[in-house]
Amino acid sequence: MQSTGAAAPAVVVSGLVKRYGATTAVDGLDLTVGAGTVTAVLGPNGAGKTTTVECCEGYLTPDAGRVRVLGLDPVKDARHLRPRVGVMLQAGGVYPGVRAGEILRHMAGLHAHPLDTAELTERLGLGPAARTPYRRLSGGQKQRLALALAVVGRPELVFLDEPTAGLDPQARHATWDLVRALRSDGVTTVLTTHLMDEAEELADDVAIIDGGRVVAQGTPDELGRGGAADVLRFAGRPGLDLVSLRAALPAGSEVTEPSPGSYRVTGDVGPRMLATVTAWCAQHGVMPDRITTRRHTLEDVFLELTGKELRP
Amino acid sequence: MTGHAPRPGAAPVSRMITAQAALETRMLLRNGEQLLLTAVIPTLLLVLFSAVDLVDLPDDGGADRVDFLAPGILALAVLSTAFTSQAIATGYERRYGVLKRLAASPLPRWGLMCGKTCAVLVTLLLQTALLCAVAFALGWSPRGNALAVAALMVLGAAACSGLGLLMAGTLRAEATLAAANLVFVLLVFFGGVIIPLDDFPDGVRVVLELLPVGALADGLRDVLRDGAGMPWGDAGVLAVWAVLAPAAAARFFRWE
Repeated sequence: MQSTGAAAPAVVVSGLVKRYGATTAVDGLDLTVGAGTVTAVLGPNGAGKTTTVECCEGYLTPDAGRVRVLGLDPVKDARHLRPRVGVMLQAGGVYPGVRAGEILRHMAGLHAHPLDTAELTERLGLGPAARTPYRRLSGGQKQRLALALAVVGRPELVFLDEPTAGLDPQARHATWDLVRALRSDGVTTVLTTHLMDEAEELADDVAIIDGGRVVAQGTPDELGRGGAADVLRFAGRPGLDLVSLRAALPAGSEVTEPSPGSYRVTGDVGPRMLATVTAWCAQHGVMPDRITTRRHTLEDVFLELTGKELRP
Repeated sequence: MTGHAPRPGAAPVSRMITAQAALETRMLLRNGEQLLLTAVIPTLLLVLFSAVDLVDLPDDGGADRVDFLAPGILALAVLSTAFTSQAIATGYERRYGVLKRLAASPLPRWGLMCGKTCAVLVTLLLQTALLCAVAFALGWSPRGNALAVAALMVLGAAACSGLGLLMAGTLRAEATLAAANLVFVLLVFFGGVIIPLDDFPDGVRVVLELLPVGALADGLRDVLRDGAGMPWGDAGVLAVWAVLAPAAAARFFRWE
């Protein structure tokens, strides 16, 4: 089950549409998840992440389009898929009165070849909580238990819906380590998140979705290279000669003065550009103030594609 | 290799259902409020009304008060476990996404229902043992055929379970909690449990006798107190409920 180019994709979604009444949550979404990869579905709240994943899990029937999971229809072939697919819901899913260790052993018992529950409990730092009733677990412990429940049956494919929401940094890293371990053992993982660093840290492939569609898909590096440009900013006296500065810069650079005395240079932001700008300033008797360079991150791409306004 | 290599597969169905039944039973018995409903309240009612002359009980031919009360309390036990407890627990399981999460596990839905049914039957068995022991201590002298009693109680449990699941699967969890408790309290008084249905005006009595608890209490009393054979009228009423209620639950239950 190692990831190879030749393996059939684990998930293929094409033209997926899902409406709730008058609201269209997913609007013609296409997504392919390679076998053995970690794919992050990244998007702001309300982008359609959970709806997409729940169509793949067989909870929702698409209004249009086609979903295939491990080659099967998640609704019609649910009985065959259930043992092969691990699911972590965004919240809850556990009897309030059950002990953490008890429900994990129970879920293990529903599978033919489960993981060792003691080891999994240890790995996710749930040892001290094993005898605690679910309703008294902390938010982070509940999250980690839900993750353990998703993977204990040794699935081929796991869907993790915001697996690290509300976790402290230690628990987040424990979760990330487990996802990496799953990947190295050939498990395909689809995770939704709105955390850029999580996608950058874990994912082989990132699909950015907004308004119910995939607006960009690629490796974190690919997405980082395209789209938003890197930028160097500095402040100086207003009304510098931009034509002269542009002439000094490498071809393909652009320089603007968005507000008086504040300058923005885009292009191949690197040591050479920085040296050129400061040299030009020296020649023109300008003290460049508050120089910042920002090589853009996945977050910039994300914000550029999905806008900066707050979502409801 | 870190040992998570995929090796999917469902456990054998019989093992899944056994495990689910054991888990559901533990959940039902571990819940304090439910235990109040299933064990404490029926026991208290039995002891209290046997000892104190709070309601005017029929005194036909020296029959002891407990001989009237015990069958009614057994009917109440069925109501408390199969209907009230089950409705509340299932309503909150639906609300908390337990049912949704289990739907993604290898356990089939009918397997989950088998598990819940087993949990109800085991709890009912424990309740019956407890209440019979208390009744015997109070001088109960039951008559009749144990098989007829068991048949009536199973029919009653099926009817009450169906109604409980119908409520849990269609109403919000809070509404189910309130309604299931209200029904329980009302039927203590109007279900022929501690007050004979004969005390009600004819028109009301006929309706109350057609309710599952009324029919069950009446049937159990016919057998256990009066030594009748199978009370076919009451059994028929229960059988109709036992078919209609689970069918309605299966039709209208929403898993999310």
